[in-house]
Amino acid sequence: MTAAAPLEIRGLTKVYGDIVAVDDVDLTVAEGNVYGYLGPNGAGKTTSLRMMLGLIRPTAGSVQLFGRDPQLGVRALEGVAGFVEEPRFYPYLSGRRNLELLAAFDGGGAAARIDEVLSVVELSDRAADKVRGYSHGMRQRLGIAAALVRGPRLLLLDEPTTGLDPAGMRDMRALIRRLAGGGMTVVLSSHLLGEVEELCDRVAIIRTGSVVYEGTIAELKRTATGAYRLRTTDDDRALEVCRAQPGIVDPRRSAGAIHFNAGEAAVAALSAALVEAAAAPVELTPQAASLETLFFRLTEGQDGAAAPEPVEVA
Amino acid sequence: MNPGILTVYRWELHKLRFQKRTYLGLGAAAIVPILFAIAVSVRNGHPNEVAFGRYIHQTGLAIPLVILLFGAVWMFPLITALVAGDIVASEDHNGTLKTILTRSLERGQIFGGKVLAAVTYAVVAILLNGAVAVAAGSLVSGFKPLTTLSGTKVSAPSALGLIGASLLVYLLPILALACIGLLLSTITRNSAAAVVGTLMFSLMMQLIGVLPGLGGTRPYLLSSQFDAWEGLLRQPVDWAPIGHAAWVCPLYALPALAAGYLVFLRRDVAGG
Ligand SMILES: Nc1ncnc2c1ncn2[C@@H]1O[C@H](COP(=O)(O)OP(=O)(O)OP(=O)(O)O)[C@@H](O)[C@H]1O
Ligand SMILES: [Mg+2]
Repeated sequence: MTAAAPLEIRGLTKVYGDIVAVDDVDLTVAEGNVYGYLGPNGAGKTTSLRMMLGLIRPTAGSVQLFGRDPQLGVRALEGVAGFVEEPRFYPYLSGRRNLELLAAFDGGGAAARIDEVLSVVELSDRAADKVRGYSHGMRQRLGIAAALVRGPRLLLLDEPTTGLDPAGMRDMRALIRRLAGGGMTVVLSSHLLGEVEELCDRVAIIRTGSVVYEGTIAELKRTATGAYRLRTTDDDRALEVCRAQPGIVDPRRSAGAIHFNAGEAAVAALSAALVEAAAAPVELTPQAASLETLFFRLTEGQDGAAAPEPVEVA
Repeated sequence: MNPGILTVYRWELHKLRFQKRTYLGLGAAAIVPILFAIAVSVRNGHPNEVAFGRYIHQTGLAIPLVILLFGAVWMFPLITALVAGDIVASEDHNGTLKTILTRSLERGQIFGGKVLAAVTYAVVAILLNGAVAVAAGSLVSGFKPLTTLSGTKVSAPSALGLIGASLLVYLLPILALACIGLLLSTITRNSAAAVVGTLMFSLMMQLIGVLPGLGGTRPYLLSSQFDAWEGLLRQPVDWAPIGHAAWVCPLYALPALAAGYLVFLRRDVAGG
């Protein structure tokens, strides 16, 4: 028998009144993956993670953590840690005391890891202060520490870089990469495409509760078509080549250059064809990050759904 | 060591040590008898309308008993509710339920630890109140024999024993109220609502008891059980009201606890 996957979700659905917050989500996260759970505000990321952690009951479907259902008891959380939204602690206790409490609730050797995890998140010198006085970034790091104290094999993080300054974001991402490098499986929700692209091997893109893409980032990039701007030594000729070339969508001239839409593979083929046709490219530049265009298309859609707020790209 | 209900209990007590309301409640439980004793020492009058009221100048041992009678109206219910009504709701307030429910303890164990902590606090508050009242009372009126409700006198040491036993009997309705507080704390998810709600419940019980035509309900009201200890202060001891309280109080406590437990077990933790 093969070992159960760290996370396996089937038909997961959560309905709040009229709102279908999570709609029939299926996904499997394999051991050692860094998995991105990407979606705009209100897409259902947090709600999904809450069900993964057993905090709320699914309306339908199931979550399995290493083959165990968190609805059936807390044993399913063995080897699993994480947080949803902003990590919360007892404000009147120190950071260290909070970790001691949580380590006591974990049992096993958790308490012995406290010093180590405090230094991993660089909170050792503020650990004696009450959490009441912590900044958002410190709380976020204490949240990671609280998760690591469990010694997890699967880490579930809900937008861990939200609200951090650029340096804080960089450090948090470096930490996640380090943890993943050590073999930990990480599921990370985010509304930042750049972040997921930077950290994750696989991604599920969700929109109003449904998965609209699931696969590797590399595959996603292959299917992504973006807008390009092209200038060559002979633009008239180049335009003809573009029109003849498969995969080049809507080539047209404007503002002293040729503009078209295409996927990466088609663009590569085009530049070879141009050289062959003696219209060597002088400039061939993507006009918008093609992934980003795709992300907007996937998450905004055409079916009358309200456009989500603009996606920041870090 | 595997974590369990005692782990939660130990940490709940630790957390109580860092919360103002704990000291507010215990402070009130300790200060009221002191203020009362001071008032007794500077004034000659005494509350005639209440049992033991007219003995407060004869012996300090009457003072804790008078406080038990007065305290039943709202002071002890409030002190009890202050922590019981907060102990689950404060997790909602701090958003920490999600933090503690994603560790290795079942929800039932967390709830159990909280019940034990709320009960411990209530017991400590009542016993502290009794101890301070005996000490302060003895200082101002002396450690002297006490006249019982039957008019007979008992020696000071035996009276002390009877006061101790009375405090324990008094804990029956107090702990039932704590359970109501825990239920409201779990359902309302709001500390203030649960504290006020518990107090309102207690006052409503007293109101029902005095409404014309509802006198028949009196023996079964929680508020009436606050008088059960008086049976100990008769000679011979009247065990009937104590036995009665011993089954009426759980009739309030256990369903409240069970309901609170089930709600806590099943609820979605979506806040915070
Ligand atoms: N407790 C709740 N009661 C009612 N509706 C809820 C509740 N929690 C979430 N929702 C709704 O479910 C949908 C998904 O919310 P969710 O918080 O999961 O989104 P999200 O992807 O985490 O968004 P964000 O990026 O803003 O954190 C939203 O429409 C939200 O209003
Ligand atoms: Mg969210």
